[in-house]
Amino acid sequence: MATIDANKPDLPAAGAKSHPLYWKNRGFAHHFRNADEQFDACKLGMWLFLTTEVLLFAGIFCAYAIFRMLYPDAWAAGSHHLDWRFGGLNTIVLLFSSWTVASGVRAAQMGNNAALIRNLVITLICAGLFVFIKLYFEYIPKLSAGKAPGTFFSYPYAHDPHEPLWWSVYYIGTGIHALHVLIGAGLLSWVLVRAIRYEAYGPTEYTMVETSALYWHLVDLVWIFLFPLLYLIH
Amino acid sequence: MSTADRTHEPDHDHHDEGSYLTPKYGAMGTVWDWMTTVDHKKIGVMYLFAVLFMFFLGGVAALAVRLELLEPVRVAADGAITGQLFAPAGAESINTGNQIYNRLFTLHGAIMVFMFIVPSVPASLGNFFLPLMLGAKDVAFPRLNLFSWYIYVSGSIFGILSIVLGGVDTGWTFYTPYSTTTDADHWRVLLMVLAAFVLGFSSILTGLNFIVTTHKLRAPGMGWFDMPLFIWAIYATSIIQVLATPVIGITLLLLIFERLFKVGIFDPGLGGDPVLYQHFFWFYSHPVVYVMILPGMGIISELLSVHSRKQIFGYRAIAFSSLGIAAVSFIVWGHHMFTAMGELASAIFSALTFLVAIPTAIKVFNWITTLYKGSIAINTPMLYALSFLFLFSIGGLTGLPLGALATDLHLHDSYFVVAHFHYVMMGGTVIAFIGGIHHWWPKMFGRMYNEKAGMLGCVLVFIGFNLTFMTQFFLGTQGMPRRYASYVDEFQFLHTLSTYGSWLILAGFLVHLFNFIHSLVAGPKAPPNPWGGLTLEWETESPPIEHNFHHEVLVQHGPYDFDTVVPPHCDERDFPLPPQDQPPASH
Ligand code: HEM
Ligand SMILES: [Cu+2]
Repeated sequence: MATIDANKPDLPAAGAKSHPLYWKNRGFAHHFRNADEQFDACKLGMWLFLTTEVLLFAGIFCAYAIFRMLYPDAWAAGSHHLDWRFGGLNTIVLLFSSWTVASGVRAAQMGNNAALIRNLVITLICAGLFVFIKLYFEYIPKLSAGKAPGTFFSYPYAHDPHEPLWWSVYYIGTGIHALHVLIGAGLLSWVLVRAIRYEAYGPTEYTMVETSALYWHLVDLVWIFLFPLLYLIH
Repeated sequence: MSTADRTHEPDHDHHDEGSYLTPKYGAMGTVWDWMTTVDHKKIGVMYLFAVLFMFFLGGVAALAVRLELLEPVRVAADGAITGQLFAPAGAESINTGNQIYNRLFTLHGAIMVFMFIVPSVPASLGNFFLPLMLGAKDVAFPRLNLFSWYIYVSGSIFGILSIVLGGVDTGWTFYTPYSTTTDADHWRVLLMVLAAFVLGFSSILTGLNFIVTTHKLRAPGMGWFDMPLFIWAIYATSIIQVLATPVIGITLLLLIFERLFKVGIFDPGLGGDPVLYQHFFWFYSHPVVYVMILPGMGIISELLSVHSRKQIFGYRAIAFSSLGIAAVSFIVWGHHMFTAMGELASAIFSALTFLVAIPTAIKVFNWITTLYKGSIAINTPMLYALSFLFLFSIGGLTGLPLGALATDLHLHDSYFVVAHFHYVMMGGTVIAFIGGIHHWWPKMFGRMYNEKAGMLGCVLVFIGFNLTFMTQFFLGTQGMPRRYASYVDEFQFLHTLSTYGSWLILAGFLVHLFNFIHSLVAGPKAPPNPWGGLTLEWETESPPIEHNFHHEVLVQHGPYDFDTVVPPHCDERDFPLPPQDQPPASH
């Protein structure tokens, strides 16, 4: 962690800076020995949580692989319906947002609240853009054409009897991923509000920024795997 | 972590602070205080009562199942049906009776696995004692801890709701396609699957909390190899919980989608693969059997060492074998589906399964060697620890014929399997859990229990258990399949014995129940360290004060140095050191 001594925050400043959430006024929970220890604990906790997320998606990837092996034709036919340009655009959006959120963490570490806010806002815009592209250019047109999961499938020109299964895997994989995008955006919004209202993050107190950013990177990472598997290989 | 890490944080003096049990702010205030508490001790106690309640519910179902099996169902020449417990006489009677029976054993299995045994030891005793044994003031994330308790409660409510609405007949394993088609017009199966899904989150969060606590909150002076073995066991358990539970999460989620939207992933009618479900399910559920047993093994390490006043034999071997079991547990799941896989895969899984026996046997040998030349106290915790050694060994050894392909083909899905897993789960985990509750009861509630009554309960449970389940090994080898409400006449003698045994177990548990109630109401006050233990929880009061310790703890001796250290709060006359004619063994 930063070289600044986290154990001896400066005395509370006067005026608006007296709010308990202002970063210089933050202490640490009584069962930790110091703020560093608390920070490390939170970060380790987040990494463990991300491990569970990876394993959750592993189940979906596993189902993808097995059915791809069983029904290669359905998989080829299905992935032809996906437009790699939308997927590619969303990949760029997410990669870019990973960069901005990382810059946000850096800004918090440097005590630059304005830059933190700016970076978080851009990240959130990217999240919105991602969901918009997914819904407006992909889910909605496909669903209205009958390319729906399982028994809801009613697309008349399917090439392969197992195409409904392909769509099931597609919607479950991207749907659960999109849910994670929303959760991540929720976390980052919370950080944003606290940054704007209380200037809650600074060199000695940026745990929430760091952990939410880690979560956001995971959202990005999962997409990096979903994109080629669904859109690029046939 | 070294002592140098300690900061200027003042050593709070908690001298005038009351026990964590001291009621506050009147009756309603106390209830509110407990419901919103972030104190790991209170959360541990709440979990303890919740899981014991679930154990009671599951137990009632088990007794009912055994009662049905007291006699086989017979149809006399005049059409009269006898031996059937749950159905009124009538034309459809046998069928109805069978359906009720299916719901009962599902209910028993699902409650016992998801709501009782998985959370049992870690969430109750683990929550209470992990921070205490580490010398910490709390777990790393106290609010998350309370949150996971509420998740546990909501999951259990879903499960109970499903039962109230009529129950589920899929078996606790929810095998597809049966579980995706049965009771199609009803919510019950969905609710039960949702319950298991939600309970998984609680399990993950508890595990995550414990891992971080163990890494970050050990008291100054406590290195990894100064930790009590109970902590090692809980740590290994937590790793499995964190790594295996997400897989059952996605599996159950897919199952829910399958039922709601017919997505076709597991339903062969829609092109899905039911064996995929079994792979997913056992990828979680085999590791989870070690979530069940590892904490029990941890308890046994404590009980045997303290109550025989011996340095534990092979500390590192026991610690590493916990991690070894955790690692191997992830690569043997296929042994539950030998009949659904190819020959090569089966042979590989069979070979890997035998690996599990190695770290398990290492533990058993170390425990027995620990007892050698110890001054063994005959009390309830020790009796339970000895019962564990006996019963768990039988359970583990009977796993081997199940892991061998040639024998498993015959034993699979028979009563032999039922007996095997009851010897490990009940003979192992439950026995260790009750032994652990006795061992730590004085610390948790500040009262002693009656030793004679405790030992009587243990003996009853031990005899009853063997009567109930030893018979089932014989039934299984003779061809009795599992999950049937009736059987051929030849099996009646053994089945009847088994049912009598279940009543003896009930009697034993009732003795314990009254003993505990009596202790809470009228038991003598417990001293801080009644057994002369050396782990840190014995350094504080009984029951512990709100912030656990009066001063920040500094670890100065190992957890099992009985040959060199007089236990805290104890008199050397009660717990004499051995004559020091040879250099003391250090660990
Ligand atoms: C030496 C260690 C062990 C070995 C080699 C072993 C082996 C096996 C095998 C091969 C089966 C499948 C039998 C079949 O269905 O044909 C099985 C079933 C089972 N085992 Fe074990 N086991 C061991 C320890 C444990 C432990 C420690 C537990 C739990 C605490 C446990 C719980 C279970 C359960 C619950 C089942 C039945 C699952 C079901 O079908 O409902 N086992 N065991
Ligand atoms: Cu297994």
